[in-house]
Amino acid sequence: MSGTGAGRRVLLQGNEAIVEGALAAGCRLFAGYPITPASEISELMSLRLPAVAGTFIQMEDEIASIGAVIGASLAGVKSLTATSGPGFSLMQENLGFACMAEVPCVIVNVMRGGASTGLPTSPAQGDVMQARWGTHGDHPIIVLAVSSVADSFEITVHAFNLAEKYRVPVIILSDEVVAHTRETFVLPGPDQVEVVDRMRPSVPPQWYKPYADNSRGVPAMAAMGDGYRHHVTGLIHDESGFPTQRGDEINALVRRQFRKITNGFFEIQMTRSFMMEGAQVAVIAYGSVARSAKRAVRMAREQGIDAGLLQLVTLFPFPRKDVDQVLRQCKAVIVPEMNMGQISREVKRVNRRCRIITYNRVDGQLITPEEIFEELGG
Amino acid sequence: MERIEQLRHTYLRHDKKFPHVWCPGCGNGIVLGSLIRAIDRLGLTQDEIVLASGIGCAGRMSVYADFNTLHATHGRALTFATGIKLARPELTLIAVMGDGDATGIGGNHFIHAARRNLNMTAIIINNQIYGMTGGQYSPTTPYGAHAATAVFGNLEHAFSIAELAVTAGASFVARGTVYHVPELDRLLEKGIAKNGFSVIEILSNCHTQFGRRNQMGDPVTMMRWLKEHAVPAVKAGDLAPESIEGKFTIGVLVDREKPDYLKEYERVRAEARQKAAEAKP
Ligand SMILES: Cc1ncc(C[n+]2csc(CCOP(=O)(O)OP(=O)(O)O)c2C)c(N)n1
Ligand code: SF4
Repeated sequence: MSGTGAGRRVLLQGNEAIVEGALAAGCRLFAGYPITPASEISELMSLRLPAVAGTFIQMEDEIASIGAVIGASLAGVKSLTATSGPGFSLMQENLGFACMAEVPCVIVNVMRGGASTGLPTSPAQGDVMQARWGTHGDHPIIVLAVSSVADSFEITVHAFNLAEKYRVPVIILSDEVVAHTRETFVLPGPDQVEVVDRMRPSVPPQWYKPYADNSRGVPAMAAMGDGYRHHVTGLIHDESGFPTQRGDEINALVRRQFRKITNGFFEIQMTRSFMMEGAQVAVIAYGSVARSAKRAVRMAREQGIDAGLLQLVTLFPFPRKDVDQVLRQCKAVIVPEMNMGQISREVKRVNRRCRIITYNRVDGQLITPEEIFEELGG
Repeated sequence: MERIEQLRHTYLRHDKKFPHVWCPGCGNGIVLGSLIRAIDRLGLTQDEIVLASGIGCAGRMSVYADFNTLHATHGRALTFATGIKLARPELTLIAVMGDGDATGIGGNHFIHAARRNLNMTAIIINNQIYGMTGGQYSPTTPYGAHAATAVFGNLEHAFSIAELAVTAGASFVARGTVYHVPELDRLLEKGIAKNGFSVIEILSNCHTQFGRRNQMGDPVTMMRWLKEHAVPAVKAGDLAPESIEGKFTIGVLVDREKPDYLKEYERVRAEARQKAAEAKP
């Protein structure tokens, strides 16, 4: 499957495209535990990784899976895990470790319906806020949403790049529809994919401070075994990585971790505008719902309604700048979600300059273009 | 003495990390000493050692020693260590855990790591109590013993950690104590040198939490108890069962050969490469 220089047209499902994206981004370790609707990612990784000198391992549970992913990343290997709601819940504690110790890694959550075991084979978008705030304490995190097979490739590459660049865990939210839909797209060749690697220390080991601040707020990261012996902990730590109780050091760490994401906001904020020129009414949507919204907007335009779409690719840090513009431009904004309203509240927090209409569906069915079209006044 | 001074300078992190958090007389320091001597005897460099630990008094060990160190989450040290080992097979992985850490919250990881047989060493300091959180009963607190959450005596039955490791399939399993120090040095040395998953259970004194609640006296008295209740594993078979009632065995319990996970995985890589090559147009 690995192409040469040029791209190739391929027919894949979303989960498979995530695997292609991860491999293209340089991911060389996957640790996971089976769960519907994410298992295809594990299965394909177990086949593909060993062929590129990478490593696949099936762990005893999702806690262990993310533990192994963090360990591998600390040892310098880009790593991935993939799961769905119940497994994502189990990952939360170690996800916090990755935030605290600033360990780049990527976690895919192919969302399914409901709390608990819920609806294993139906799509939903109920884990948005969990992705942002699921682990305890103040922490920065990046959350991206994919809406198609092509996205699943491209956004996965991007997720690894952001993780490496900012030393954060990046969460990709997919859903059962995107994961299992087969679509054709052009799979880029290796030379066509931009790959970012974490900054390694350039100072000699005795000068290395694993959590020292710099202009970007992202410290250089040495791999275990490279001669830069240091301590990694989930406790609040000083610049050298050792636990501290000093107020100034605590403050410096927590604020730097937030600042690095704030500094990178405009690079991290990714949205896509569709027919927004002259739009009076807009849909703000993400994931597979954005696909229906696109159709709905087209249908509305055909009926002479000035409709547009802002698709959110980055969910967190919340793309408030782009959303703000839409809210200033339009008279009404519809936020359709396959949950009881998670992103719509974030939209409302940006400003209340126009009417913000929430549209929720939680019956395990995809929101259709017709439903959104109707909300648009069609 | 000079040698000890030298080891201390080489292997301990002096700046800012001391004084340590352990109570005076705690067995954890003895384990750290043994570990350092074992590593030194094996001639391993500090750069090739990864010392991963969980959370608890035992888990604090990783802060003090000058290796690549990782203070993971409670019970999860072995999962992080697994990822590191897979990513960097040339590194020597040592995980230090408390009894609660390894067999309570981390029990699932512990048995699966033993079963999987990656080449790494698990050191479990068994003080029969949750020390750091204030003396609540752990999976190794004896039946009837007192704890902060078992004021009327513990109703649960204790795990034997070493035997659990044997059953789960570890390649090397040993038990030592913080009283039998020269032997502990050797057990750690053997465990680390073993190619496979090694478990060394170390019975230790937590006089502050376990000892105090169970009238076991000061650290010296608790060590005397360890001395008097330890039976060498090699002799245990010859002794009358009544004479070892209430005692525990020390020494190597299992030393067996099992295929090393990563060596096996090389085969998987070769097959996968071939399959990928055949699939190419
Ligand atoms: C998920 C989680 N639950 C609980 C704790 C609180 N906690 C910290 S240390 C500890 C007990 C440690 O006991 P043990 O592993 O026996 O080690 P010891 O302190 O006795 O060396 C507990 C319960 C925690 N840190 N994380
Ligand atoms: S509480 Fe117990 S285990 Fe913890 S340092 Fe004190 S004596 Fe050691």
